[in-house]
Amino acid sequence: MDNPVFLLHDYLTDSARRLPEKIALVCQRQRLSYAEIDARSNALAHALVRRGVGRGDRVAVFADNTIETVVSFWAVLKANAVVTIVNPQTKVDKLAYLLNDCRAVALISDGHLAAVLAEAAARSTHLRTVVIFGANDESRTGRLPGAVGWDHALQAESPAKPPIRRSIDIDLAAIVYTSGSTGDPKGVMLTHRNMLMAATSITAYLENVEDDVILNALPLSFDYGLYQMIMAFRMGARLVLERGFTYPAQVLRLIVDEGVTGFPGVPTMFATLAQMKTLGEFDFSRIRYVTNTAASLPVKHITMLGELFPRAAIYSMYGLTECKRCTYLPPEYLKDKPTSVGVAIPNTELWIVGEDDQRLGPNQVGQLVIRGATVMKGYWEKPEATAKKLRPGPLPGEFVLYTGDYARLDEDGFLYFVGRMDDIIKSRGEKVAPKEVENVLTNIKGVKEAAVIGVPDEILGQAVKAFVVLEEGVVLSDKDIVRECQRCLENLMVPKHVVFVDDLPKTTTGKIKKTELA
Amino acid sequence: MIPAEQIRQFITTNFYLPDPIKLSDDASFLDSGIIDSTGVLEVVRFLEESFGIVVGDSEMLPENLDSVQNLVAFIGRKRSESVP
Repeated sequence: MDNPVFLLHDYLTDSARRLPEKIALVCQRQRLSYAEIDARSNALAHALVRRGVGRGDRVAVFADNTIETVVSFWAVLKANAVVTIVNPQTKVDKLAYLLNDCRAVALISDGHLAAVLAEAAARSTHLRTVVIFGANDESRTGRLPGAVGWDHALQAESPAKPPIRRSIDIDLAAIVYTSGSTGDPKGVMLTHRNMLMAATSITAYLENVEDDVILNALPLSFDYGLYQMIMAFRMGARLVLERGFTYPAQVLRLIVDEGVTGFPGVPTMFATLAQMKTLGEFDFSRIRYVTNTAASLPVKHITMLGELFPRAAIYSMYGLTECKRCTYLPPEYLKDKPTSVGVAIPNTELWIVGEDDQRLGPNQVGQLVIRGATVMKGYWEKPEATAKKLRPGPLPGEFVLYTGDYARLDEDGFLYFVGRMDDIIKSRGEKVAPKEVENVLTNIKGVKEAAVIGVPDEILGQAVKAFVVLEEGVVLSDKDIVRECQRCLENLMVPKHVVFVDDLPKTTTGKIKKTELA
Repeated sequence: MIPAEQIRQFITTNFYLPDPIKLSDDASFLDSGIIDSTGVLEVVRFLEESFGIVVGDSEMLPENLDSVQNLVAFIGRKRSESVP
């Protein structure tokens, strides 16, 4: 008889009990079984506990999509702690901010990232342990608090059982950081129960099965990518983990070689596929479903996907990190309602409200509100920002999510996304907060003012465009600006276009009028 | 300028490297986070413009593009292919 699943890592332990020899993970040309991942995560969990990681403590994982990142995620949960996976392109200032915001006591990272992690860790207030895997630059990391090599840490521990279980399902499992219009990343707090419900609901409508082979080329630091792993392990399926879509031909070859059945993507990936000329040589008949979210799927790509993956059901979906996913379009409606993002996911409810908080009827545009068990507990230690998003729901003590997105429902109850209420840019399906880029720009010596907007871009969805006003007598080139941005920001936030202007349009109260920039 | 030098110069001018001097010939661009998906397209354009070679979709692989050394070898192979 199966044990009830109360905590997220029960997915791993249950699958390991049922299917110990089954290959759970294909990554970096290695194949790991459920038993191996279970064992390694047990050992790492003990290593963390031994070094003082306690129940509810936050542990950051700063790495790319690697075997160790996968093992670390489950290990932190088994240690009864809270995991946050940080994008490996994060630079020093932001990493230091994240570590201090959540007061991380431990950091697990890749030696390749030594330069960034060492500097950020040195600025951290609470870090006591740093576990490094891969090539380690001891000159940088040796002096960090509790620095220990991965192999060394794991070898000392017994992999047979996890540490004593102390969490319950309403405890936090993860913090997923997301950008907002103020520029300061906010930590979305997710309990085990939030995440179990999200995984249950999504695997239900995708009809995931144990035989599925799910490709994930999306960052694990992005909830869309993270859940591919969670859902695969829930089902006892196989995850094929890639670092990204940088070398599309390689990913496509892998899809064929591994018999991938599920292909989650974002519009950028599909745009890349659309431009490739030699797709005919790949046999994609095993792909049973393709999903899209994070930005709307252009109709021409829907057509392309239908032709490229002839046996696949295509799912257009929409969601926010704050509730994981809101809607999905059942594939049979794709033809009739290609621009819709569909209906509420199983066990979620939604409605649209006007400015006065009154529920609106069909074809009226208003703010989308989400009610259900996937709604976050709030932003970590940001009560004001939380209060804007979580407001009392119908029952005493419950909260519903005010998404900050404009949407409308048609007469059949299908949702259409209209736009964001704040001015977040969506590039490659991921959020770029203009303020975060503007902060970096205005910090550049010689820059007087800057404004950043999103402009339509065929491949990226939206491209980041910066308008820069230089100080008197200063001469800077657009390359100078871009270089400085590359130094401080993740790649996708670096402006694609830089325009120098004499002045920025302002309102009477002195605020920059972005609506007049294009 | 020999290909390795040209490539190095292109990379260090167009991408952000914390330590340009330390870019060894065999250092993986992907591992060091120097180049991502849009970056690779720029590299391909550079190859086409500077060395007159055409890069096919199926040739966009780490073995061909992911380090100075791999690029040099790839250019060498492509050039010898086009010799009649």
